[in-house]
Amino acid sequence: MIEIQNLKKTFRTADGEFDALNGVSISVADGEIYGIIGMSGAGKSTLVRCINMLERPTAGTVCVDGVDLGKLKSKELRAERRKISMIFQNFNLLMQRNCLDNVCFPLKLAGVKKKEAKVRAQALLETVGLADKAYAYPAQLSGGQKQRVAIARALASDPKVLLCDEATSALDPKTTQSILELIRDINRRLGITVIVITHQMNVIEEICDRVAVIDGGRIVEEGAVADVFSAPKSEAARRIVFPEDELAALPYAEERIVRLVFNGSEAAATPLIAGLAVDEGISANILYASTRNIGGKVYGKMLVGLPGDDDAVKRAIDYLNGDGVSAGELVREDSESTKGEEE
Amino acid sequence: MFENIFTQEAWIEAWEIARTEIPLALWETVYVTVLSMVFAIIIGLPLGVLLVVGEKDGIMPLPKWLMATLGFIINLLRSIPFIILIVIVIPLTRAIVGTSVGTVASIVPLVIASFPFIARLVETSLREVDRNVIEAAQSMGASPMRIITCVLIPESVPSLLSNLTIAITTVIGFTAMSGVLGGGGLGKIAIHYGYNRYKYLVMIFATAILVILVQIVQSVGRWLAQKADRRLKK
Ligand SMILES: Nc1ncnc2c1ncn2[C@@H]1O[C@H](COP(=O)(O)OP(=O)(O)OP(=O)(O)O)[C@@H](O)[C@H]1O
Ligand SMILES: [Mg+2]
Repeated sequence: MIEIQNLKKTFRTADGEFDALNGVSISVADGEIYGIIGMSGAGKSTLVRCINMLERPTAGTVCVDGVDLGKLKSKELRAERRKISMIFQNFNLLMQRNCLDNVCFPLKLAGVKKKEAKVRAQALLETVGLADKAYAYPAQLSGGQKQRVAIARALASDPKVLLCDEATSALDPKTTQSILELIRDINRRLGITVIVITHQMNVIEEICDRVAVIDGGRIVEEGAVADVFSAPKSEAARRIVFPEDELAALPYAEERIVRLVFNGSEAAATPLIAGLAVDEGISANILYASTRNIGGKVYGKMLVGLPGDDDAVKRAIDYLNGDGVSAGELVREDSESTKGEEE
Repeated sequence: MFENIFTQEAWIEAWEIARTEIPLALWETVYVTVLSMVFAIIIGLPLGVLLVVGEKDGIMPLPKWLMATLGFIINLLRSIPFIILIVIVIPLTRAIVGTSVGTVASIVPLVIASFPFIARLVETSLREVDRNVIEAAQSMGASPMRIITCVLIPESVPSLLSNLTIAITTVIGFTAMSGVLGGGGLGKIAIHYGYNRYKYLVMIFATAILVILVQIVQSVGRWLAQKADRRLKK
C-alpha cells in the first residue's frame, strides 16, 4: 500500500520559485497497476521521484506499507529503496558492464555473494527473455532489449513496488506492447505493485487498473481507467483523450460517439466498420482515425459517430469489442454541465 | 658555433656518450615518470572524485568552504610555472627525501605539479558519467561510496585512461624540465651536454628519445582507452 498525502514540491530556480507539485494525494493498493498520466511538464517525473525520495518533497508524506519514507535516516532509506525499484525512459544501464553484471548490481548492493548473484541474474534475464544476451553490452542491444535488462535489474532486489517513468516512451509501438505485456505479467505473477507514469493514453489503457490525471502539479481526476477515459471530466483529461485534431472533428458530430482503441488488433479499422454495417445493419460515421499498421497488427484510435438508440449503440460496442480492439461510448460533456467544474 | 655539429668526430663522440649514458637516463625518466604518476594519482584521484561528489547537487555534498578551499588550492598549484615550483618546494623536498638534487628528489615537485592536474582531469572524466545512471543507482539504494566505486569510476574508465595518457605525457615533459634543476633523466642529458657543453648531437638524441617516448605512451593510451570502452559496438 502506497499512500501519498498532500505532497508538495517547490523548486528554487534563478527566476524565483516554481511549484511542481501542489498537494498531491493518491493511494495505490497492493498488487495494483496504477497509472499517472499528464502532459509534458505536469509534474509526473517529480511525483514519481518523490515516491522514492530521489527528490525530497517540500511538504507532505509518502508512506509505503506504513513506513513514512520522509522520516527515515539515509541508511534506512537506502534499505527501503531496495523494495521500490524503478525503470526509466532511457533505461539508465551501466554502459561499461554487460547485461549479467547490470542485473547483478542491485544484488551486489544487497550483499549477495557473487556466484549466487550470477545464478539469480541469469534466471532473471531468462524471465525477461534475454537469456542469450547475458554477456552482451547495453550498446549492442535494441531499445526494447535494454528495457528488458532494466526490468530484470529492477526485479533483482525482489521489490514490492515497481515505478515506471515513461518506460516505453522511447520505444516503437510494437516494442511498447511487448514491454507492457512483460510488466503486466510480472505484476500478475509476482504481485508487484506497479506505478506507471506516462503521457501516452494507450499505455494506461493497455495495463492500468486505475488512473490519475495530473496537471499543473495537481491530480485533477482519478478513477477506473474505463470511466476516466470514456467520460473525462477535467479539461486536462479531455485534452489527453482528444488531442487537438480529434477535438476539431467533434463539433460536427450530432450522433452518439464510440471510441475505438486498437492495441495490436488483427482486424483493420475500416473493414471493421464496414462489417458493422453488413453484419449488424448499423452504419457508423468515421469522425477521426489515427491508426497504424505495424507488422500486420493495427495500433491507434478511432472515433465513430453512431446514429440511434441505446440498443444500437450497445450492439455496435459488443460487435466492435474484440481481440486487440476495445470500444466504449464516449460521454460528451456538454458545455453547460462542465462549466461548474472549471476554475 | 653550429659549424662543427655534424663532423665525423662529433658523431663518434656523441654516439659514445649516447651509448653509455642514454640507457640509464631513459630508465631514470621512465621510473621518475611512473613513480610521480603513482603518487599523483594516489592524491589526485580522490581529490577529483571529491570535486564531483562534493558539489552542491552532488551525491555527497560537502561544506561549501571546503569545496572552495579545495578548488582554490588546485587552481593555485596549477598556475605556478613548474620551473618555479621546483624552487619553491625545495624545503619540502629536502624534508622528505633528505636532499633537493638528484633523480629521486625530482619526484617531489613532479608530484606536486601533477596531482592538481590529475584531479582536474579526473573531475572532467567523472562529470561525463550520465546523471541518470547515477540516479538509477541511488534509486537502487546504493550508498555514495558504492556509487563512486561501482558507477562513477568504472563508467568513466575509457575517459580516465585517455586523460591519464595526457597526464603521463605532460609529466614526461616535466621530468625533462626538472633535469635543469638537479633532476636526472633524458632532460638532464640534453641540458648537460647540449646547453652547457655545446654537444648538440647528444641533445638531439636525448630529445628524439623523449619524443618517441611520448608518442608511444600516447598511442598505447589511446589504444587502451578504445579497447576499454564498451559503448563502442564491436
Ligand atoms: N530540478 C528542477 N528545478 C527546477 N524546476 C524543475 C526541476 N525539475 C522539474 N522542474 C519543473 O517542474 C515541472 C514538472 O517537471 P516534471 O519533470 O515533473 O514534468 P513531467 O510531467 O515529467 O514532464 P515530461 O513528460 O516532459 O517528462 C516542469 O515545469 C519543470 O520545469
Ligand atoms: Mg518526465
